[in-house]
Amino acid sequence: MPATAIEVKDVSFFYNGHPILAKVNLTVGELDFLAIMGPNGSGKTTLFKIILGILNPAQGSVRIFGKTPREAAGLLGYVPQDTGLNKDFPISVFDVALMGRLGRTGLSRRFTSEDRELARKVLEQVGMWDFRDRQIGKLSGGQRQRVFIARALSVEPKILLMDEPTASVDAQFQTDLYSLLKELNSSITVVVVSHDVSVLSGYINSVACLNRTLFYHGSGEVTEEMLHSAYQCPVDLIAHGGVPHRVLRKHDHKDS
Amino acid sequence: MIEAFQSEFMRNALFAGLLAGVACGIIGTLVVANRIVFISGGIAHAAYGGIGLAVFFRIPPLTGAVGFALATSMIMSAVTLRNKQRADTVVGVLWALGMALGIIMIDLTPGYNVDLMSYLFGSILAVPRADILMIALVDVGVLIIVGALYNSFLAMSFDEEFAMAMGVRVGVLYYILLGMIALTVITLIRIVGLVLVIALLTIPPFIAEKFCRSLKAMMVTSVFLNALFSLIGLWLSYKFNLTSGATIIMVAAAFFFASVAYERVRNHLGIRSSAFG
Repeated sequence: MPATAIEVKDVSFFYNGHPILAKVNLTVGELDFLAIMGPNGSGKTTLFKIILGILNPAQGSVRIFGKTPREAAGLLGYVPQDTGLNKDFPISVFDVALMGRLGRTGLSRRFTSEDRELARKVLEQVGMWDFRDRQIGKLSGGQRQRVFIARALSVEPKILLMDEPTASVDAQFQTDLYSLLKELNSSITVVVVSHDVSVLSGYINSVACLNRTLFYHGSGEVTEEMLHSAYQCPVDLIAHGGVPHRVLRKHDHKDS
Repeated sequence: MIEAFQSEFMRNALFAGLLAGVACGIIGTLVVANRIVFISGGIAHAAYGGIGLAVFFRIPPLTGAVGFALATSMIMSAVTLRNKQRADTVVGVLWALGMALGIIMIDLTPGYNVDLMSYLFGSILAVPRADILMIALVDVGVLIIVGALYNSFLAMSFDEEFAMAMGVRVGVLYYILLGMIALTVITLIRIVGLVLVIALLTIPPFIAEKFCRSLKAMMVTSVFLNALFSLIGLWLSYKFNLTSGATIIMVAAAFFFASVAYERVRNHLGIRSSAFG
């Protein structure tokens, strides 16, 4: 039996008295490739932040390989949505990538030459090494997304969490990214929040459907069964997600 | 310019200005990067309550200001960390409360003879040696703390949530930062007065941000700009017999608008050249 990478137990979270998450239970096995779907405001990002230890749940508990999120810093790589960034912030692409090493630096928080070498490696991996001296605000949205992916990879995480990783990247990089994730998935557990079910279906092995509480969690193969389960998500998901059914169906046929 | 700094009090004033500029440039950079200018203003103004209390209990006013500002900054840290939405209201209340307390305590002090204006608008020309020593101590403290925690402060300033996910104790850092702001603000009260503190804390980093590609460079540039503003401001105030704190701020403001104009022109030329090139 594979080890449990993430265990979310009875987690509830409230924001100004409004329930955002209610009794969410989710178990992610090691080396799973899980996609979490759900309409806007369904609590996907909140769930991520609780798993990362950025937010504390009102009720319930989270374990990462048996540790609390705080103890597990350095095991988790995180790619946030590209929003709310201070575009004037004086920091180079290289220094952003280096930041992923922070969880591994110990109390001194000093970077070693190995950390720098790793930052170089991950920037090459996402094709951003040539931009290493560029100020982060001077990049396009897609380029910035690549840098944030590099930052998450430089953690050398055992689990990679990505919040809408393809929201602002071009189609080519999207394909590249999923191939990269597939490759990484041989040694890393991957959890992606995405509307992109059509593209994802070839890569994931597990799907969770979230809307305040977990509606469905199971196999990631795009089957009629899964489609049915997906419909259990409020219609929002299908409409808002920008995923016309026929794309799903088409993909389904290809798979079968 | 040299003859302006021949007298001892002018040399002292320049010395105080240059020293205060070190902590001011470093902490100001963190203030601008973390977008906590309003909180810093609150701490500066609330410090007036400490001055009032100190005058009433007959202890050195700046000692009272230090204690009070530190206490206020800790309250503001706790409130901001707990509820970001309400934070600005609470900061606004503490800002006014501190000032009101200061005024009332001074009212209640019999035979009050402290020059109120010197705390509101600075008295760099009459800065005593003890204050210069205090400013130097704050510099050393700020340099050590920011030097030791630089990578953590950088991570927090750039992306607080990612820093938390990396195990950085953002909450603790926030308390430390606001504490350092309190101390820095006190040193600046001597130089430009508490009303003008915010200008000196924020203008140099704002200018520096346009030309720097790292937080470290922004800090160094801000320290350099602070020195330049103090030097030019003191010289102009000597030459035209003007209030030195206000003159320093006017110099800073002039550079501020010049930098904005420069950026406009640069962007304009940049767009034109790329359009035709």
